Amino acid sequence: MADQSDAILVLLPLLIPLAAAALTAVLWRSPRAQGIVAAVGLAALVAVSLLLLRLVLEEGVVAKQFGSWAAPFGVSFVVDRLSAGMVVVSSILALAAAIFGMADLKTREVRGGFHPLFFGLLVGVNGAFLTGDIFNLYVWFEVMLITALGLLTLGRTKARLDGALRYAVLNLVSTIFFLMAIALLYGVTGTLNMADLARVLPETEPSAALTISSLLFLLGFGIKAGFFPLFFWLPASYHTASIVVSAVFAGLLTKVGIYAAFRVFTLIFEVEGSGIRTMVGVLAAGTMLFGVFGAATQYDVRRILSFHIVSQIGYIMLGLAISTEAAMAAAIFYIIHHIIVKANLFLLAGAIYRASGTFDVRKSGGLMRGSPLLAILFLIPALSLAGIPPFSGFWAKFLIVDVTFRDEAAWLGAIALFVGLLTIFSMTKIWMEAFWKAPAGPRTTPRAVPRPMLAAIGGLAAITLAISFAPEPLIAFADGAARSMADPATYIAAVFGETTLAEVEQ
Amino acid sequence: MNLVFSLAIAAIMGAGIYLVLSRNVMRIIFGVSLMSAGTNLLIFLAGGLQEIAPPVIEKGEEVLGTASANPLPQALILTAIVIGFSLVAFAAALALQVYRSDGTIDTREMTAAEDLGTPFTTGGATNG
Repeated sequence: MADQSDAILVLLPLLIPLAAAALTAVLWRSPRAQGIVAAVGLAALVAVSLLLLRLVLEEGVVAKQFGSWAAPFGVSFVVDRLSAGMVVVSSILALAAAIFGMADLKTREVRGGFHPLFFGLLVGVNGAFLTGDIFNLYVWFEVMLITALGLLTLGRTKARLDGALRYAVLNLVSTIFFLMAIALLYGVTGTLNMADLARVLPETEPSAALTISSLLFLLGFGIKAGFFPLFFWLPASYHTASIVVSAVFAGLLTKVGIYAAFRVFTLIFEVEGSGIRTMVGVLAAGTMLFGVFGAATQYDVRRILSFHIVSQIGYIMLGLAISTEAAMAAAIFYIIHHIIVKANLFLLAGAIYRASGTFDVRKSGGLMRGSPLLAILFLIPALSLAGIPPFSGFWAKFLIVDVTFRDEAAWLGAIALFVGLLTIFSMTKIWMEAFWKAPAGPRTTPRAVPRPMLAAIGGLAAITLAISFAPEPLIAFADGAARSMADPATYIAAVFGETTLAEVEQ
Repeated sequence: MNLVFSLAIAAIMGAGIYLVLSRNVMRIIFGVSLMSAGTNLLIFLAGGLQEIAPPVIEKGEEVLGTASANPLPQALILTAIVIGFSLVAFAAALALQVYRSDGTIDTREMTAAEDLGTPFTTGGATNG
């Protein structure tokens, strides 16, 4: 059992945004004070998440029981490498988005409650990453959903309300499926603690209820994560939000769905050797293809990027479809690379809007001449997303495609390569229209992009470059994370403590 | 008895899904609330429905008697009801706001989000 300070460290990524959300809500009338609280809160969150990562790297899986109720009766919080890594990336992303927001957020949005909702969203996201209880995971999903809806409707434009409605209905349906899956699982096993489920399920007789439960989990997380053919709410709503919100959604929310799917389908259910495997493979192929096809026809930068989220989710799903240790490691590498790159591209879309006055690439142009720095900053995540060496996307795609060819799923690898080609097409479209061609829109000379925007974009681009030129540490980290996921025993041992596990094994 | 409950839950869920597939926003919201009600009943059924004592510890006893109901599903359902209620309330408020700004609750006529940067026109909206 970890000592007391370690246990508190597990809770801090949750408590800090919760306190910040409460404080900013109290300071509702003073946007200035809210800004200060937000800055302090986010800096503390980044620091704490890095400490948590160090703790996990040193000690392995760390668990904390709420209210001293012994597992499996109380709610457990469990951190392994994957959850610690996700918490670190999400807090860095939140910091970058908030810096960008200093120049981008309208006072109307701040007065409408941006800060409390933003921290509320972070509470939900971090809670989902850290919890070790399946019903608790459902509660965090709902926290995320309600705060995300609040953020989405901040501006109350027609398009936003429209997008929010689609987002609300499909995500409500997804959480209902998730809850049904939990109900069936509880009916069979009588427990909700994920470590306990991982212990009990291998000894449980396969039954129809378990099969339906696993499919409902796949369906519920699939809608959340944007799997084919359930992704249509995503490009229908993400592009309407204000750009800070879009960037955070793009970086984090679908990835929480993916994270939950990874957790459930490694710890509780097995993808390997079950019928789910082919299904996940087909879904991954569809997700990659239809996402990229959708992007090819669009002209709004944010919509192009929204469709690309879907197509990139397909690559991450490939990892789950192959489901070997190497595949999971590749998928984890891909998730971390993708969160940074995709959020950065959305921030760049905001910068393009600021410079050229439009999100429609047909109407903008001349940015390469007008703001060459922005052009260079765009190239880094754009080429990385497309998988051009030496950028981080190349390593991520290389690892994933390599795994598919090794594991006799070459057709999936072939589709992945083809989709990579079409991704270059989309990125080239943005490049040609917004940066290369002569200005065609409302502004003939692009406006200067404010410093905080460039700082946020530059910071994320620097992380991308760091991963690009020194991928080994991250690959090693992803390998370690995949290894600990492949072996649920360490996870179970951390939750129950060594002694109880020994008793169980006897 | 379980079969009767299962069929009833199936009927509620079926009606909910039918309503969600409608084009009328209000019907969709009714459908979602029916589905969440069905799910709550499913949790109840999964927890084991029997005609036994409520989960209250008798006076003078230290632990719950074996012939009492499982309290956990009830706790789960309470949580799920609260969450479901707040989300449905939000969705209803959202529908009201959509009706005020669009003047319709027919999803076919709500195209403001799709119109941004659409490939079917030469110039899209510049709405931020």
